[in-house]
Amino acid sequence: MTLTPLPYRVVDRREETRDTATLTLAPSGEPLAPFAPGQFAMVYAFGVGEIPVSVSRILDSGRLVHTVRAVGAVSRALHGLGPGAHVAVRGPFGRGWDTTAARGRDVLVVAGGIGLAPLRPLLDTVLAEPEAYGRLNVLAGARSPDDLLYGDEIPSWRRPFAQATVDRPSAGWKGRVGIVTGLIGEARFRPPDTTAFVCGPEVMIRATARTLMHQGVDAARIQVSLERNMRCATGHCGHCQLGPLLLCRDGPVVGYDRAESLLTVREL
Amino acid sequence: MTSPAESRPRDGGIEAVLDRSGLAALVTALQHRGRTVIGPTVRDGAIVLDELDSATALPYGWGVELEAGTYRLVRRDDGAAFSHSAGPQSWKSFLHPERVRQWSADRGPGGGLTVREERPQAVSYAFLGVRPCDLRAIRILDLVMAGGRYPDPAYLSRRTGAFLIAVECTEPGATCFCVSMGTGPAADAGYDLALTEVVDDDGHRFLCRSGTEEGADVLAELPRRAADDATRTAAVLGVRAAADRMGRSMPPVDLRTLMRDTLEAERWDDVTARCLSCGNCTMVCPTCFCTTTEDVTDLTGDHAERWRRWDSCYDLDFSLLHGGPVRSSPRSRYRQWLTHKLGTWHDQFDSSGCVGCGRCIVWCPTGIDLTEEAHALHREASGSQDAP
Repeated sequence: MTLTPLPYRVVDRREETRDTATLTLAPSGEPLAPFAPGQFAMVYAFGVGEIPVSVSRILDSGRLVHTVRAVGAVSRALHGLGPGAHVAVRGPFGRGWDTTAARGRDVLVVAGGIGLAPLRPLLDTVLAEPEAYGRLNVLAGARSPDDLLYGDEIPSWRRPFAQATVDRPSAGWKGRVGIVTGLIGEARFRPPDTTAFVCGPEVMIRATARTLMHQGVDAARIQVSLERNMRCATGHCGHCQLGPLLLCRDGPVVGYDRAESLLTVREL
Repeated sequence: MTSPAESRPRDGGIEAVLDRSGLAALVTALQHRGRTVIGPTVRDGAIVLDELDSATALPYGWGVELEAGTYRLVRRDDGAAFSHSAGPQSWKSFLHPERVRQWSADRGPGGGLTVREERPQAVSYAFLGVRPCDLRAIRILDLVMAGGRYPDPAYLSRRTGAFLIAVECTEPGATCFCVSMGTGPAADAGYDLALTEVVDDDGHRFLCRSGTEEGADVLAELPRRAADDATRTAAVLGVRAAADRMGRSMPPVDLRTLMRDTLEAERWDDVTARCLSCGNCTMVCPTCFCTTTEDVTDLTGDHAERWRRWDSCYDLDFSLLHGGPVRSSPRSRYRQWLTHKLGTWHDQFDSSGCVGCGRCIVWCPTGIDLTEEAHALHREASGSQDAP
C-alpha cells in the first residue's frame, strides 16, 4: 500500500536502551509486501502522525520489526506502545542495501548509534550464508555502553571481527573508547575487495567513508544510508531532497560516489 | 476531405476561425459535455482562474502590467480576452489542490484500526486559456505526480481526461521569459484546442486549431468560419512579435550545470539579504509541487484523518530532522529552491522545473528576479563583470 496504511498491532516490545525500543508488529489483516534489508516503512501512530522507520529484522511471518528511538512526537508515541497497541503501516519503500554486490567480497559494516538498526537485516543476510561472502567486520559506535544497541548479538557477528566503541565509557566497560573510525585499523579486510555498509550520523558517515577511501576502498563500494525529512515516501512531497536525490526513491541507501559531493556542501 | 469550414493546419488537426460568439459557444459546448470549465476572470484586482458560467466572465478588455514585485490590472481598448500574462494562480490549483484528504481511520472499542482510503471523485475539467508556458507546466506536473513508480491518485482523478484549450501568447509581460526556457510563446503540443487571438481592422477573432480528436469534435460543433490567410498570417505574426518582446531572459548557458557549479557562490549571500523566506514564489509557481501531511483527530479522539497540503521549501520545518532543520539559513533555502527549479529537477524528473512564466518575480514582495540571480551566478562563475 503506497498512500493508505494497513493496520498492524504490536505483539512484542523489547527495551533496547533508555530511549530506544524494538517493536514487533503483526498485520491485523492483509500484510504489506516483503521488505528488503535497508528499506523502510512509514509507521503511523494513531492521531499523532507518521514517520519513516527502517526494518531492523526481517521475519518470514509477515511481521515487521522496527527499532524506534524516542526523539520526536511520533517516535515518542511509537516508543511508548506496548503489546496489544494498534498502528498502521505502509511500505516497503526505498532502495535498500545491495547485498548482491558484496557477494564474494569482504564485508565491512560500520554503524553509529541507531544506525545499527537498518544494518541488522543486512548482517542477518550475510550470516545466513557466510560462505557466499569474504570476511565480515562489524564496527559499532555508541555514546555510552548503555546506548549500545543489540549488545548481546555483537559477539555472534565476529567473523572475524566485531567490536563496539563508545564516546563515554562507564565503570566496567571493557570495549573501546572513541569514535568508530578508530576501529577501522583493527578490522581485517582487503580494501580493494571490500564492500562497506555505513549508517549513522552524517559526520560519522563522512569520516568513515573518508578513512575507507584513504585505505583503498572504492567510493562506489561504500554504501551509505542517509536520512532526510520524509512525508510521503512516494516521491511527491519534495521533503527528502538531497541535491539531485529524492532519498525515498533514490535512497535511503546511496553509493558514496554519488553521496560524497552532496554531503560536503553545508545545508544542501 | 474537410468541409469548407475547416482546413488542415500544419499539425494535422482541423482549423477554423471563431468570433466572440464562437468562443461563447465553445464554453457552452464543453459544459454540455459535462465539463467544469475553468478560465481567467477578473476578481480582487487580478486576473484569477475560476469556474466560468459563460464566456462573458472572460477578462475582455483587461490587460496587466507586470514588474518585479508589481502586478496591476490595466484597461485595454481592443477588447481582447487573452492579452494578459500569468496571474497569481496556475492550473496546479485545480490539478494538485492545496488540500486533499488522503484517508481516514477509525479506532474501534478494542483499539483496532479501520483505515478507509479516500477515493477521489473524478472531475471532468476543461481549462480555457492555458498559456504555452503553463501547458508545459502541466506536462511537468504530469512527470512529477504521475510519471514515477507511484502515480498520485488525487492528481490523476483531476488530470485524466482534462480538456486543455491553449491560448498562444501575443502579449507577454515584462517578467516573461518563456523563449529562454523553450516553452512559448507558441503552443506546439499537448492541447486539445489551441487558440490564437487576433484583433485588427478585420475584427476580433480567434484562430482555432485542434490537437486531438476530441478537440476536433468540439470544434466541429461550433459556429465558425474557414481559416483565411489573413487571419493565419496575423496570428503567426502576433506570436512571433511576442517572442521578440520578452521582458526577461535567462543567461544563454546550461542552467543545470550553472546551478551545480555555483553551490558555494557569494551571490547566495547577496540574495539572502533580500529574501524574506515567505514562500510566495513557491505558492505561485505553476510547477512547485511540494506538500506536507497533517494528521488530525476529531474531538472523540477515535476518528483520524490524513490531509496533504501544499508546503514550501522556505519553511524551516520543511527540512526538519530530529536534530533541527537541515536548511536553517535563509541562504540555503533560497538556494534549494533555485537550484531545484533550474538544476536538480532535471535529475529527478528529466525536465527543468521552470517554464519562464515569471510569476515568482511578480509575486516576490521584495522583487527578487530569478533571471537576474541566474545572470549574477553566471557572471560570478565565469569571472566576468559584463552586464547581462
